[in-house]
Amino acid sequence: MNGFEPKIVGFLCNWCSYEGADSAGRARKEYPANLRVVRVLCSGRTDPQFIIEAFKEGADGVMILGCPLGDCHYQDGNFQTLRRYTVLKKVLAQFGIEEDRLRLDWVSANEGDKFVRIVWEMVNGIKKLGPLHQARVENGKT
Amino acid sequence: MAKPKIALYWCSSCGGCEESVIDLAEDLLTIAAIADIVFWPIAIDSKYKDVAAMNDGEITATLINGAIRMDEQEQMAKILRRKSKLLIAHGSCAHLGGVAGLANFYKAEDVLNRAYKEVPTVRNPQGILPKVKTIESGREVRLPFFHDTVKSLDQIVDIDYYIPGCPPTPELIKEAIMMVLEDGLPPRGSILAEKKALCDTCPRRDGRPDKLKIKAFKRLHETEWDPARCFLDQGIICLGPATRGGCSARCINANMPCRGCFGPIDNVRDQGAKSLSFLTSIIDSKDEEELKKIADSIPDPAGLFYRYSLASSMLRGRQ
Repeated sequence: MNGFEPKIVGFLCNWCSYEGADSAGRARKEYPANLRVVRVLCSGRTDPQFIIEAFKEGADGVMILGCPLGDCHYQDGNFQTLRRYTVLKKVLAQFGIEEDRLRLDWVSANEGDKFVRIVWEMVNGIKKLGPLHQARVENGKT
Repeated sequence: MAKPKIALYWCSSCGGCEESVIDLAEDLLTIAAIADIVFWPIAIDSKYKDVAAMNDGEITATLINGAIRMDEQEQMAKILRRKSKLLIAHGSCAHLGGVAGLANFYKAEDVLNRAYKEVPTVRNPQGILPKVKTIESGREVRLPFFHDTVKSLDQIVDIDYYIPGCPPTPELIKEAIMMVLEDGLPPRGSILAEKKALCDTCPRRDGRPDKLKIKAFKRLHETEWDPARCFLDQGIICLGPATRGGCSARCINANMPCRGCFGPIDNVRDQGAKSLSFLTSIIDSKDEEELKKIADSIPDPAGLFYRYSLASSMLRGRQ
């Protein structure tokens, strides 16, 4: 896959992961520009409809990043995310969307390094998988 | 004044929606007294050419059931749209794609191979598949073209109203037809059923605990279930909280859990995603490994959550 730059949508929780991304920025760490960040108040606010819509609208991968388990600003919002994600991955597989295209991870406000590592891993992983909509584009369908 | 004209047609459907009209019983006579049923292939002898000969907008309302899989259905939907003032999607398949829409998890080729070659009850040693054109005894015989995907009716033509259900209840059909004949219709695009979720009007609602918690999902054959207690409280998957009501809780009253045939409530775009969302929120576990095991106790989750709405869901089928 030559020159394929995946589009990745990341839903980052306001209290930990978005702060973590900010701290990576403040420390001038580099990470790939493939990530489009959507700030949500809690990872638990990431309605499965958002994730499905992201894939429908052309995302090659979706990340949900929340507070580490036990540290949720709303006590157990990230456990709700974990519950949904566990089943959603299985559903997406039935739609032909590979498991690795959806990732859930936990990044706290001071984990800029971890944030950068996760983005690199995600981008490299999706580059290996190739574009999600490749087949449809080749068939001339939208 | 001439009587208003009503037409009924079917596309990719099982015939259950036609049956739901027959189930109007004596009420059919009431309707026939105030309206002319001008086209209804299953019950009266009128031909496609009779419809084609009508003026545009001549039919007051047409009810179409079934999803769109073949080009003949697409053409009929378009003709009936032109000839009708109101076009009403009748039943889950016309409304959302229905069970027929689950075929969108497979390629058209796989569907045909399965139906005509692989099914154990089929004997087809020459491997013949249906073709649009065949020469039979020197004459050309034509079959409708089988499209790649199943579509809901509103993906083909504009729809004025929807009567949901697999099939809709005769009461809802009667109400809809009477609304048309008596000019009492709600805003265009409305779904002619309850606004609230089934769970809100469920006959088992009173006994439901405030907080539902489920450790494992049980399938019906794995358990003996109480005929009066909330299904979810018994660990049995019921999609009532994410499904539109108005069905008179037929399944619940027959001691079967809801599978979502009335579609999503207003403002929900993807019934499957919403069903998944509510169902996973009542899982009682915080442990990743245990959650995986509980997730595995839902067989065919996509087929469950999207049973009636795959063709009209955001992804519409396998990517």
